[in-house]
Amino acid sequence: MTDAQVIVGLEVHCQLDTQSKLFCGCSTDYRSDGPNTHVCPVCLGLPGSMPVLNKKAIEYAMRVAKALNCSVTDEAEFSRKNYFYPDLDKAYQITQYDKPLAKGGYVEIEADEGSGGKCVQITRIHVEEDPGRLVHMGNAERGRYSLVDYNRAGIPLIEIVSEPDMRSPKEARKFLNKLRATLEYLGVFDSEKEGSLRVDANISIAGSERVEVKNISSYKGVEKALTFEVTRQKNLLRRGRTVKRETRHFLEARGITQSARSKEQEHDYRYFPEPDLRPVNVQSWVAGIVLPELPDARRERFMAQYGCSANHARTLTGELRLANFYEHVVASGQKGLFTLAATWIADTLIGELNYRNMTIDTVQAAPFKKLLEHIQGDECTDKSGVEVLRVMLDTIKQGLPYETPLAILDRLNLRKVSVNITRPFAYGITLKSGVEPNPIMKALSEVLTEQPRAVEDFRKGKKEAFNFLIGHVMKKTRGRADPKELNRLLVEALKNREA
Amino acid sequence: MAAHETVFNPDDRYNAFLTVCRKAPHSDGKLAGIAVAVKDNISTQGIETTCASKILKGYIPPYDAHVVDLLKQSGAAIAGKTNMDEFGMGTTTENSAFGPTLNPCDTTRVPGGSSGGSAAAIAAGMVRMALGTDTGGSIRCPAAFCGIVGLKPTYGRVSRYGLIAYANSLEQIGPMAGTVSDVSLLMQVIAGYDRRDSTSYNKPYTHTPNPDIKGLTIGIPQEYFGAGVDPRVAEVTKRAIFRLEELGATALPCSIPSMEYALAAYYVTCTSEASSNLARFDGVRYGPAADTKKSWHDAYREVRRAGFGAEVRRRIMLGTFALSSGYYGKYYAKAQIARENVKKDFARIFSEVDVIAGPTMPTIAFKLGEKSDPLSMYLADILTVPVNLANIPAISVPCGKVDGMPVGLQIMGKPFEDERVVDVAFAYEQVAA
Amino acid sequence: MVTENDVRDIAELADIGINTEELGPFTDQFNAILDYFDVLDRVQGEGSVIRDLSNVMREDVIELSLPQEEVLKNAAFQEDGFIRAPRVM
Repeated sequence: MTDAQVIVGLEVHCQLDTQSKLFCGCSTDYRSDGPNTHVCPVCLGLPGSMPVLNKKAIEYAMRVAKALNCSVTDEAEFSRKNYFYPDLDKAYQITQYDKPLAKGGYVEIEADEGSGGKCVQITRIHVEEDPGRLVHMGNAERGRYSLVDYNRAGIPLIEIVSEPDMRSPKEARKFLNKLRATLEYLGVFDSEKEGSLRVDANISIAGSERVEVKNISSYKGVEKALTFEVTRQKNLLRRGRTVKRETRHFLEARGITQSARSKEQEHDYRYFPEPDLRPVNVQSWVAGIVLPELPDARRERFMAQYGCSANHARTLTGELRLANFYEHVVASGQKGLFTLAATWIADTLIGELNYRNMTIDTVQAAPFKKLLEHIQGDECTDKSGVEVLRVMLDTIKQGLPYETPLAILDRLNLRKVSVNITRPFAYGITLKSGVEPNPIMKALSEVLTEQPRAVEDFRKGKKEAFNFLIGHVMKKTRGRADPKELNRLLVEALKNREA
Repeated sequence: MAAHETVFNPDDRYNAFLTVCRKAPHSDGKLAGIAVAVKDNISTQGIETTCASKILKGYIPPYDAHVVDLLKQSGAAIAGKTNMDEFGMGTTTENSAFGPTLNPCDTTRVPGGSSGGSAAAIAAGMVRMALGTDTGGSIRCPAAFCGIVGLKPTYGRVSRYGLIAYANSLEQIGPMAGTVSDVSLLMQVIAGYDRRDSTSYNKPYTHTPNPDIKGLTIGIPQEYFGAGVDPRVAEVTKRAIFRLEELGATALPCSIPSMEYALAAYYVTCTSEASSNLARFDGVRYGPAADTKKSWHDAYREVRRAGFGAEVRRRIMLGTFALSSGYYGKYYAKAQIARENVKKDFARIFSEVDVIAGPTMPTIAFKLGEKSDPLSMYLADILTVPVNLANIPAISVPCGKVDGMPVGLQIMGKPFEDERVVDVAFAYEQVAA
Repeated sequence: MVTENDVRDIAELADIGINTEELGPFTDQFNAILDYFDVLDRVQGEGSVIRDLSNVMREDVIELSLPQEEVLKNAAFQEDGFIRAPRVM
């Protein structure tokens, strides 16, 4: 069976980055505060409290609608979705049901196979409130009780529902990445905030029943959960069994999905219009929405303006902060810096950040630019540059005082050593006492002495021996030697020996 | 703000109060020092608010309803919280978890409901005015049964913020008092825009009653005098309307055909909304505790089984059914169409008349325990619910007696013409006195 | 016509908890009330609601939340600022 038979649709829930909650004035900036400190009668569901809609949430959702090519409906309405759970303060979630804010758009992603893009259709976009948060006490087999924190209750969410247009977990990830980037470019969403995105996925193998996987709470989780499901469903079919139409939960820690309990399978949410809110007729606002530059446009511009390769441009513009960082670094820089910066950020910095679990926010553009200038100005090698970058990141991560790249270069003695001898020198000359030997030449002479066999091999015509010797000199100089110059010096030194 | 204090020591032999505030602080203002009773489904900061339900026993709200804010600002002293049918679900105040309220006119009879405590407290002279709430007649019915005045304002004219919801799309807080003037005075204080209630209109009420009704046209719907209405009640009401004609008004017959299904539409709507509104009482954030040793659904079910009375449980189940998949179209959706038809009927009649008049209730106050069957109890609301479905204002003013028990004249008005129904009631009150 | 089993199902959906001895009377009352509701079958007309209020919204401005002790005051069980609830797993 091939991946073409996999059918995936996503429901993506994103927290909108407003100041206050969807239906009350409580601050949304709750993550660093204690439980139940950002609640009021409304979001605590106290008897008698009433919701009042946050205009900004509607404006943000409309920006998304426009960016995803959706049409805003002429009358949207809020409904109650009734279900009983301790984190749901009112025992219903205020959401949009048969009258969503927007319908019918699309997102372009790159297709898995072949070149070019494909469209994932967007069914609808609606606005709803987040429930509170539950902490389960006890163990997985048997909980003792739950602890509830309502700080998250009432945070505005948009739910973006796609058509089942994706054909592999990888496409689902691409769709999600594109969506995340777009939402961030719109300034309505912050993917760095913990729990700001949650996904429910529908997945089936063509001709079989569809399975809904709920509660996937990370980008990586989506691909993992879907990959697991594809394997599970294909295995079932291979063994001649059928796939049951059901709801499953993704257990992130174990990387598996698990069938939900029967109570959760049959949902009769008894939707009806929320009587405490009035309809939303905002179609006429659409014309006034001015969208910022979106990821696709910025990618094109990076290629045109900075000469970025398609791959670098895609990587750099795939995240708003990364793209901004790049533009800060190259701002007022020379043309040579454009490619260097693109390479360093896309190929090196991202990896080093991921390795340290750091985000690009923590890095300043100016010192990074300085570092690139040192590399550009031949003051250090690429290899030393990476080492300096690592020190810079570690310094930030550990909250240590700032040190310039140059200071780090000097402290670690990594500044590129120039031999400054234009004339070939005779191997074996005795250094005058009191004169500090050039470290590269010193290393070179040491290696030639220590590795007579390699020198001999080279003489016999073994090319590998040359690289072996270079490697040893590099090791001794901890990468400070400019490889080109070292090559030249070694060639001459070997020649001298022969002579 | 609380510059003064009112000592309030009522002789509450009718069980009108669930909570009495014996020392009530108050400030200066329009209602300075007047003891005002507040129905127990209106949130009062620091004062237990139970909706006459065991499920809210011990709940002390951390905030005031908008109307309570306004009462305090106007100098009123909150005298206490009045008894009611649990969550407003009833027509007699017998559905209180804390015992029924008795009718001060005849203690073997009910005071009407659901704002029976507020009506009884006024009728017994314990307070001069009180707040009630009216979802399907809950202000007007007890006003009629106890012989006092009660106004159900136009929907949106008084903020519902802090009113513990039973059926959001139908209910309003309204003034109750012994006289039309006091009802009007209390309405001045509580009406007006509130940004915390999204259904609120910016229509303050600054009116002083004016008894001049010359040239007024009054629609007399035949359905208000037909089958199911006690002929003696119909007769007393007709005489009252005749008095209005003597004052220069003209009575014109009319018809509200949608009344055929108005009551069904009302009960489907209010139970549907209630099934959702009352689901939050889970014993977690407030109210008697859910047993945290049990699993969530077991504990939740137990809290609701033990905490809600039979009528509340019945209505939650009815509403759950009416909203459930497969039945939504037959019940809830149909009820909304019916509701539109009721509105259209009123709009059509109001294009020809200024107000509509009829009896408030089809009978006088029932004997305690008389209505034991739910459906026959629901049928008693037939003359009050159309007003709530149409969101229009209506007032009940005493207009005579049958068997020594008060009868209420109901005046219904166009949307936002609360002033007009007050004037008509005032005009009647002047000549009846 | 609903049966006792239907009523039991509705009670389950409503999560209301019903006693066995209540089932009979509830079923009878339900049937009487639902029979009465059948009058709605005769309703004709449009469901579209005429609404005079729309776009009721507030600006995105932060307002004071309740102090944590006020939030926890009415809860029966609390723990480190959390409210304790029955287990869901």
